[in-house]
Amino acid sequence: MLGNEAIARGLLESGCAMATSYPGTPASEILASLAAMRVSEKVDMHVQWAVNEKVAFEIAYAGAMTGLRTAVSMKQVGLNVASDPLMSAAYMGTKGGFVVISADDPGPHSSQTEQDSRMMAMMAKIPVLDPDSPREAKSMVALAYTLSEAYEIPVMVRPTTRVCHARQDIDVDPLERLARSPEFKRDPARWAATPKFRHHLHMELERKLAAIGTYDATAPIQLNEGVSGRRAIVACGVAVAHTVEIMRDLGLWDTLPLYQVRQPYPLHRGFTDRLASAYDKILVIEETTDIVELQLSDRRRVVGKQSGDVPRVGELTPEVIEGLLCDFTGQSAPVVPPPAAGGRRPTLCAGCPHRASFFAIKKAAPRAIYTSDIGCYTLGLNLGAVDTVLCMGAAISQAAGFYHAFKGEDKPREVVATIGDSTFYHAGLPALVDAVSQSVKMVLVILDNRTTAMTGNQPTPESGRGACGEPLHAVDMEQLIKGCGVGFVRVGDPYQTNALIQILKDALAHSRETSAPAVVISRSPCLIDKQATLAKTTGPPPTVSDDCDGCGYCVQQFECPAIVMAEDESRVSIDPVLCTGCGVCRYVCPKQSIRLPGEPSE
Amino acid sequence: MRQAIDQQIAISGVGGQGVLFVTRLLAEAAIRKGLPVMTSETHGMAQRGGTVISHLKVGAFTSPLIRTGQADVFLALKAEGAGQHGHYLRRRGWAVVNGVSPDDKTTPGQWFWLDADDLAHGIGNPKAVNLVVLGGALGGAGAPPLFCTMEEIQAVLAERLAAKTALLEISYKAMAAGLQAVSPP
Repeated sequence: MLGNEAIARGLLESGCAMATSYPGTPASEILASLAAMRVSEKVDMHVQWAVNEKVAFEIAYAGAMTGLRTAVSMKQVGLNVASDPLMSAAYMGTKGGFVVISADDPGPHSSQTEQDSRMMAMMAKIPVLDPDSPREAKSMVALAYTLSEAYEIPVMVRPTTRVCHARQDIDVDPLERLARSPEFKRDPARWAATPKFRHHLHMELERKLAAIGTYDATAPIQLNEGVSGRRAIVACGVAVAHTVEIMRDLGLWDTLPLYQVRQPYPLHRGFTDRLASAYDKILVIEETTDIVELQLSDRRRVVGKQSGDVPRVGELTPEVIEGLLCDFTGQSAPVVPPPAAGGRRPTLCAGCPHRASFFAIKKAAPRAIYTSDIGCYTLGLNLGAVDTVLCMGAAISQAAGFYHAFKGEDKPREVVATIGDSTFYHAGLPALVDAVSQSVKMVLVILDNRTTAMTGNQPTPESGRGACGEPLHAVDMEQLIKGCGVGFVRVGDPYQTNALIQILKDALAHSRETSAPAVVISRSPCLIDKQATLAKTTGPPPTVSDDCDGCGYCVQQFECPAIVMAEDESRVSIDPVLCTGCGVCRYVCPKQSIRLPGEPSE
Repeated sequence: MRQAIDQQIAISGVGGQGVLFVTRLLAEAAIRKGLPVMTSETHGMAQRGGTVISHLKVGAFTSPLIRTGQADVFLALKAEGAGQHGHYLRRRGWAVVNGVSPDDKTTPGQWFWLDADDLAHGIGNPKAVNLVVLGGALGGAGAPPLFCTMEEIQAVLAERLAAKTALLEISYKAMAAGLQAVSPP
């Protein structure tokens, strides 16, 4: 079972009645698995993707306020989006168990930061549990619910990539079907607390934390019981799993006490006291911040990030941990060969409509600043069509920022923003409203492939379909944008690339002349979306004629994986296995040497 | 503290080649044999053509990752994987690579080479490169045994592709082609 599947199973086994999420690696499979299990096990519960993590959090939290057990899941940067309701909810507490699953990405492998959600739990003043494996992630969900209801407080569970995307054989337990009815009792001093009441709630929160710092069920444990000495290791999360294996291999298992911290915050006071009295030197292994280390009372005896011994940046891989253990015990570390050069960078799939859209944008506005956003289309970087990627929805607000920065200049820069449909609903809307109100001259291209592609083709508000396949009301994008007051809204087909280039030029002109944002929706479905409702554009592969002189323009400016340059660089050919027959390369070739079968030459 | 059967297998390829599919077949085979197993996968970028590597550990392991120089077996679905991820292989390990053996071999272990692209084409499914390479690993000439047999993998496939007889037949053919083609170093 995948770690994320194990978490979903854990939610069901604990009688979770409502679960929400927004897709994000490495968390996406949690809700997807839960939806599948819900259908196959015929559980009566509400499961949905929300437009963003803040909305997802608020929906699930309200469910918990009625006494039901609920959960919200997201990746670590999604927690930033949900941080507003998180901070407030911590003060108010909860009635039914409320579990916040925030999946971290040390490295990072696919995120803007490698921030540590446990630090956010500390800031929010809620307890956090740190599982070391898929098996433990499942059992920690149950523990989280028990803890949450014992103290009426949201509880965070923080898996990382190597837990979320690891597989382990796991025993399943029976599902719990709690017979709970929702109930809302008026209590504005709590649920609508104003600052005076917030002060009281905060004092109560501090009391809860002090008690949770002595809660037996989540206390740190020594994994190799009975082993003693003057040096010890303290670890949490998947670092524990790596450390156990390496200690056995290095012959340290019977000589060096190893403690697992399951609840990094609040750290049990009894534990910190014992460490201070029993050991002269303590190695702390955790990622990515030093939250456990920072709560230790005497850090002079600690070997960790504060002392500069444990890296602050990047994943704590087994190789790194092996080096740390060798240094700590005076063994010589094995020689690690340097990583081999390169590795293939990811690129848009052959035939992806985004590739065509980016090519059109580059043609229509070759000297523009290209603000962009997070999704598959971020790979427009490879085509030189993406200049900025900050966070969800920033393509639009940054475009406005660049406009305002340059507007006083003699030759202001053109700005073209690209954003996906899912990202647009997530965070783009407010920025668009602001751009209308501020009369920003910019073109926004919404790359509408009717899905949330990079994370696994989850539905969007336009899909008309929910997480469990149930029919939902579909939002009308054009109406929505016109309703914001945008005067220029046109839909284009990225595969009719020359026509799209003209639409983009018209949009730029309109924006310039009316001093307002113009929106172009470039719409075509994701080719690997098995549940696409829009018709996909496919066909036979084109051929490359002898007019091709190997100039390489298509390979550099279009970078389709199906276009292959010959080894002697004399010409290109099209790989019929990869090619989807979108035909856009015909418009790309400056020598017109690419043609569809049966098409007359110019 | 290791059990009788323990084997660590690293599988390298490019997103879209089906590295995850092969990893899960092997994991499923291990579970059916009652062996503890852990794997680590690369998601997200997996279908966008980037380099991906899976780690599969059969035995009493706690960590899902294989350390440098610890893999007993290395499978590379693309020849470039040999250079990028070959350092996972232990000195006495063995590898099966979709490619042509280079003249200078400086990396440790026994390396078996086969043209899986060509073989996949030959059996009529160019996308079956992953199964061809897997076939090469299941009893390739002179190589040490994998923790599971061809029959055990076929049983997993038979359940996975129960409703798709044509696909199942071609999958068997792909693995058989790989097994036959593996040439000793």
